[in-house]
Amino acid sequence: MSETALPSAAAPQSGRLSSWQLLMANRLAAVGLFALSAILLIAILAPILPLPDPDITDQPNRLLPPLSPGHLLGTDHLGRDILSRLIWGTQVSILVGISATAIAALIGSLIGLSAGYVGGKADNIMMRLIDMLMAFPYILLALAIVAVLGPGLLNALYAIAVVNIPFFARNIRGVTLSIRHSEFVDAARLSGKGHLAILFTEVLPNVLPVIVITMSTTVGWMILETAGLSFLGLGAQPPTSDLGSMLGQGRAQLFTAPHVSMVPGIMIFLLVMSINLLGDGIRDVLDPRLRSGALNRPMAVTTIDRAVKPEPRKANAALLEVANLETGFRSGNRVNAAVKGVSFSLNKGECLGLIGESGSGKSVTALSLLGLVASPPGVISNGAVYLDGEDVLSQPDSQIVAQRGGRVSYVFQDPLTTLHPLFSVGDQIAEAITAHQRMDGKTARAQAVELMETVGIRDAQQRASAYPHELSGGQRQRIGIAMALANDPDVIIADEPTTALDVTVQARILELLQKLRRERGLALLLITHDFGVVAQICDRVAVMKDGEIVEQGETSDVLRAPQHAYTKRLIACVPELGVGRAFLDKVRPLFSGKGAEA
Amino acid sequence: MTGSAISIDNVTKTFGGGRSLFGGEQHAVHAVRGVSLELKDGETLAIVGESGSGKSTLARMLVGLERPTSGTMTIGGASADELARQGPQAFGRMIQYVFQDPVASLNPRKTIRQILDVPLRRLRGLDSGARKARMRELLDAVQMPVDTLERYPHEFSGGQAQRIAIARALAANARILVLDEPVSALDVSVQAQVLLLLDQLKEEFGLSYLFISHDLAVVESVSDRVAVMYLGEVVEIGDAQDLFRQPEHEYTRNLIESAPRLAGAEKT
Repeated sequence: MSETALPSAAAPQSGRLSSWQLLMANRLAAVGLFALSAILLIAILAPILPLPDPDITDQPNRLLPPLSPGHLLGTDHLGRDILSRLIWGTQVSILVGISATAIAALIGSLIGLSAGYVGGKADNIMMRLIDMLMAFPYILLALAIVAVLGPGLLNALYAIAVVNIPFFARNIRGVTLSIRHSEFVDAARLSGKGHLAILFTEVLPNVLPVIVITMSTTVGWMILETAGLSFLGLGAQPPTSDLGSMLGQGRAQLFTAPHVSMVPGIMIFLLVMSINLLGDGIRDVLDPRLRSGALNRPMAVTTIDRAVKPEPRKANAALLEVANLETGFRSGNRVNAAVKGVSFSLNKGECLGLIGESGSGKSVTALSLLGLVASPPGVISNGAVYLDGEDVLSQPDSQIVAQRGGRVSYVFQDPLTTLHPLFSVGDQIAEAITAHQRMDGKTARAQAVELMETVGIRDAQQRASAYPHELSGGQRQRIGIAMALANDPDVIIADEPTTALDVTVQARILELLQKLRRERGLALLLITHDFGVVAQICDRVAVMKDGEIVEQGETSDVLRAPQHAYTKRLIACVPELGVGRAFLDKVRPLFSGKGAEA
Repeated sequence: MTGSAISIDNVTKTFGGGRSLFGGEQHAVHAVRGVSLELKDGETLAIVGESGSGKSTLARMLVGLERPTSGTMTIGGASADELARQGPQAFGRMIQYVFQDPVASLNPRKTIRQILDVPLRRLRGLDSGARKARMRELLDAVQMPVDTLERYPHEFSGGQAQRIAIARALAANARILVLDEPVSALDVSVQAQVLLLLDQLKEEFGLSYLFISHDLAVVESVSDRVAVMYLGEVVEIGDAQDLFRQPEHEYTRNLIESAPRLAGAEKT
C-alpha cells in the first residue's frame, strides 16, 4: 500500500479529485475497484441478462461439465444452471453483506458514540457488555442466534450484524473519546449546544471517516461470514441460492463434479478479495496519518542533493561551521525551501541562540545539521556542515548516523514524547551509551547513574529505575540532557529545551546547561522563540525569519541595539516584567492600521 | 461600575476520590482548595500559576464546564447553581471562555460561518438576517476580513484563529470573558497584537476579564489585579503593580525571579 502515501505530500488539500487520484495511484486498490464494479454490474443486471431460471430443475441434465451447450458453467446436482444461480446468488450475498454491514455500523457506531461521549459508568457498562459479546467465538454466537431465530437468510443477516457490532462499537468509542475531550467540543457547549446536538453535529462529522473506513474493511468479511452460515445450511434456504449455500450443496459432489463447488468458491474469493483490496485503498486515502506520509518509514538520513560538493576546510576552522545551508521539502516536482542559505559558526564552549517565530526554519536548520529532517519529503539542496573542518554531509550515511548522539547530540522540546514510555530512564540512558561504546550492561548502567547525578537528579540510583511518566517535566528534561551527554559530545543542539516547562523549572534547566557548558567546554546551539532565554545563556544570537538569518551578533549588542527592522520589532513585542501597562502603549504604534495581519 | 462580575467563595474541586466499580477507594486529586476571589465589573483580574496549580480547573468551573465540589460562585449577579439548573445556555449568555489553543477550539470540519452561527442562534436567538449582520460586526471587531466566514479553521494562522475564537466568545454578548492562556500558543509579535485587541475590545464593549496565564510579563501588561495560585490555593492576591514590586509570598518571589529577562544579557 505504500504507493498511495508517496504522492500524498503533493496532493492539494482540496477535493474529491485528489482522493480519487490517490486511490487510482494504488494499483491493487484500482484492480479491486474494477473487479468489484464488474461483479456488481453483473449482479445488478441479473434480471435483464438472458439467463435461464435459476430454480428450474432438470434431472436428465444434472452435473453437466462447464462449457456444455446452453450451460456455460454446467449444471448442479439437480440440473440447475450454475451460471444463473451464481449471478443471482452473488446478488443475494452482496445484498446481505452490505445490509449486515450497514446494520452493524449503525448500531455499533451509536453504541460507540454514546459510550465514548458519556463516559464514566455508562461507558464502563456498555463496553463490558461489548466485551462479553466479543468473548464468544463469532461463528458460535452466530449459530446460537440463528438457532434461536430459526434458519433463514434474514436471520443469518441479523446474526452477522450482531456479531460485528462490537468491532464498530470499540473503534468508534476510541475515536469519540479523544474528540470528546477536545476544546472545540467544550466551545460548542459554551455556545449553547446541548449534548445531543454536540454529539451529532460536532463529534459525528469528525468520526464519520473512521466509520467509513471500518465499513469498507468489514464488508468483505461479512460476505464471507454469510457464506459460512449458508454453507452450514443456516442461511439461504432452498431453492434460493446464495454463494454459501451453493458451496454447501456442491460439497457432496466434490470428487465427481468439482466445478459445482469450485465456481461459487472462486466467486467468493474474487468478491471478498476485490472488496478488501478496495477497502485497504479507501482506508489509505481517508486516514489522515497515512495521507500525510507520517506512517511512511523515513530514510536514515535526509536526502542530500547538492549541485556541488563543498571543499573541506582548513584545520583551524571553528568547531561547527554551517555554510550556506539550504533545506527544503519536496512537493511534487517543486522543492519548497524552508532554510535558504543559512550560515553560522560555533566555537568550543560557546552558546549560539537561534531565534525565530514559528515557521522561520529554525528547527529545520537544527535537524539538517545531521540529516535528521524526515525524508521524503525533506531534501538538503545546498551548503555544508563542517565539524572540525570536515563536511558532515559528504560522509556516507552510516557515518552521519554514528555522529548523532556521539560528537553531536540533541535535546528536544518535550521529553515526554522523546523518551520511550516502556523503558526505565536508566536503561534509556544506558542504551544511549552502548549505542556508541562497547561495554557490558552493568558498566553502562553505572555510567547512566553517574550521568543522572551530573544533571542534578537526586537519589539517582533509585530514580534510574523510574519510568518517564513517574518523573516531573523538569526531571524528564534532565534525563534528556543526560542522554545527550552520554558520549561526551562536543556539540549539543537543544531545540526549545525549556518551552514545555514552567518558569521556575526553566530557570533551573538553563542553569544546568550553563554549568555543563562551563565544566565540559560544550558548544551549545540553542533553538528558541524566547528572547528571555537567549538573554540568559547565549553568547551570540542569530535571528531567523523565513528561512534566512537576518541578523547575527553578540547577544547583548543585538538585544540592546538591534539593526534589522524585524529584530527591532520582535524585541519590542517581548513584554518585560516591570514595564507593566506601558507595554501595550509601546507596541500599539507598531501595529496601527494593519490589525488583521496576525 | 462597582458591582462584581464574578464572586466566588471558598470553592473546592476534587477529582476522583469516589468508589470504583468494585468498591475500592480511588485516588483523589484536590485541584482547587478553598479559593475565594472577586472580579469587579470592568476589571482585568489575572490568575498566575504554574502547571498543576488549578487555575484552568477554576476557569472551567466558572464557565460551567465543571461543577465545584463545594463552595459558592456568583456570576453576573446570578448563582452558578441556578445557572447550571437552567442549562448551558444560561451560562453562555453570562460568561464566555477563550481557549489556549485557538486551532483546537475550532471544529476542523466546520466553516467559520457555521461556528459563529451557533452562539448567535442558540444564545441570542437571532433570525438569519440579524445573524448575518452581527457576524459582520463581530469580524469587524476582531479585525478579520469578511471572506473569513466561508473558510475552514485550518486555513488560518494561530493568531487569526484566536481572533475568530474571541469573536465567538463575543457573539453571545456575555460581559465576562475567561481567557485561559489566550496568547501562550502564539508568537511574540502575534501575541502583542492579540493583547492589543483584547485591550481594545474591553474598552469598546465594557468587558470584564479573568486572564489566566503563566507568563508574568504578559500578566503585568494587561491586568489590574493579580492572584497567584499554587497547588490549588490562592497564595497571594493584590494590585498588579504592588504585587510585582513587593511580592509577599515566597512562591511569588520565586516565580518573579525565575522569569527570564532581556536585561539578563548584561550579567553573562
